[in-house]
Amino acid sequence: MRRNISLVIGIVLLSGLVLFVGIGHIVVDTSKARALSAPAMKPPSLQYPFGTDRQGRDLLAVMVAGTPLTLRIGFIAGFLGVGIGAILGFVSAYYRGKVDTVIRGIADIGLTVPGLLVLIIIAVSIKEGLTVDQMAIIVASLAWLNPTRTIRAQVLSLRERGYVEVARLSGMSGPEIIFKEMMPNLLPYLAATLVNAVSNAILASIGLEVLGLGPIESPTLGMTLYWVNYNAALINGWWWWWTAPIVIILIVFLGLFFLTVGLDEIANPRLRRAG
Amino acid sequence: MRADYLAKRFGVFLVIVWLAATLNFFLPRLSGMDPVRQKLLAQAQLGGYVQTGIEAMVKEYDQRFGLNRPLWRQYLTYLSDVSRLNFNYSIANYPRTVNEMMAEAIPWTVGLLGTTTLLSFSIGTFLGALLAWPRAPRWMRWLMPPLWALHAIPFFLLGLILVYLLAFRINVFPMFGGYSPGAFPGLTLEFAGDVLKHSILPAMSIVLVATGGWALAMRGMMVTTQGEDYVIFAEAKGLKSLTIFLRYCVRNAILPQTTALALALGQILSGAVLVEVIFGYPGVGTLLFLAIRENDHFLIQGIVFTVIVALGLATLLLDAIYPLLDPRITYRRK
Repeated sequence: MRRNISLVIGIVLLSGLVLFVGIGHIVVDTSKARALSAPAMKPPSLQYPFGTDRQGRDLLAVMVAGTPLTLRIGFIAGFLGVGIGAILGFVSAYYRGKVDTVIRGIADIGLTVPGLLVLIIIAVSIKEGLTVDQMAIIVASLAWLNPTRTIRAQVLSLRERGYVEVARLSGMSGPEIIFKEMMPNLLPYLAATLVNAVSNAILASIGLEVLGLGPIESPTLGMTLYWVNYNAALINGWWWWWTAPIVIILIVFLGLFFLTVGLDEIANPRLRRAG
Repeated sequence: MRADYLAKRFGVFLVIVWLAATLNFFLPRLSGMDPVRQKLLAQAQLGGYVQTGIEAMVKEYDQRFGLNRPLWRQYLTYLSDVSRLNFNYSIANYPRTVNEMMAEAIPWTVGLLGTTTLLSFSIGTFLGALLAWPRAPRWMRWLMPPLWALHAIPFFLLGLILVYLLAFRINVFPMFGGYSPGAFPGLTLEFAGDVLKHSILPAMSIVLVATGGWALAMRGMMVTTQGEDYVIFAEAKGLKSLTIFLRYCVRNAILPQTTALALALGQILSGAVLVEVIFGYPGVGTLLFLAIRENDHFLIQGIVFTVIVALGLATLLLDAIYPLLDPRITYRRK
């Protein structure tokens, strides 16, 4: 643990964010995150520490209300992605044969296609009144591709190990071997994959939101950036409008990134030497 | 085996094209939206009165676009249109065709994306190799943490920060667009300079982030190769350290880098779309953004299809070059 600096940095960054949201929900009135609840375009002051935007949202309240929404999208999509990916990856690599060819083919083809564009087509088709959870499911529709591929590769190397062979010879069934023998050994690796998937899902959701395909009513981080871009806040010098979302998004991505690196080091001791 | 390999890869490419076309066709229809009717209604509302003939107009347009025929006929027509790269008219800018609008945008994106991908890939691979070389200068170690941190940031976020620092705070670069508003596009030296000046910030936000990723991946591969038996053998033979570094380590570590490039193209493109939107760069990304804003389904579909096919082609090309880089692949029998 002491050696694993990346893991520590990741945990510190992310728990700082959780603390901010947690304390924020107690101290700040999140109903101020709605438009027209505060005077418009106020730079940071004692009353509005993060300032207010052009539609009269208190940006501190927006951040407190929006950060968990963005994380929620990431976690739902990430869990769905890794869940589906793990099932497909295990089935594909353990049973091989035609199933493997089909699953691997789909994952390989899907991964060469630019994900954001496919998500755009999906989101455009159901644009009216998107909710945060629907958004998560849209993002999840492609989030299983990468986990499937990487988990399959791990299982492939695992199934040749001696203890799997012994389990097979002693008459354990396929699912039993997968859950009792292989899964526990892959847990750190699955955790790293999950964190990575969450990060990718958040990136995809913010991308869709910046393009104007997000849940228009919700104050997520990506939607805040959409309004920043929409109102050309950058050119007009309203720096407080975009500073807060950018800093929080940076903390999210850096935190998740260091967490993945840290978990990778646990899952793959060979990396420790390299680091 | 070579012809086999290429044929298989070409088959995969065809599947990608067919999938892209099919998704494009069926997804919007699943939602039961009627873009033509929506557009006409929106225009009628803009005009301030409800047109009496609107149903007749919808019928007329449905006839024109062939939307009143059975679904399978529409699908076949769509596939044959798409295979001839005919994407119909833009709904929002009616007399203009999707192809015309894309033809204007594509050179910008290809230029920006081509240069930045090449730059970040070569700089990153070079840096990554150096980082793993025991004889590299000590100060290079200090490059690692910033590379790591930059690598985790999305392109467009860095773009926003760069615009604020280098265009708004210190007025070194222009903030917006692909060329100055007054400039007249043409093949003059002055215009080329203007374009270059406008492309530096968007390019920087892609290169700075992407370089870190390539450097980290290359360094990881180098560390693995350096532990291989053949490298130890080369050292034991007393080969020069530079020879071992270049011909034994870099030569082998570069192979997975190239495979990774083929896989990463899609992600790079997704990121670049947002960079264009942030900078108002007149490429495909911005065109897509405008099309989404105006609900221009035909334009969105045309862009998505073209980009997916173009990327599929790029991947196919990279795969076709790969056996040249890795002589083993030609002999391998699957």
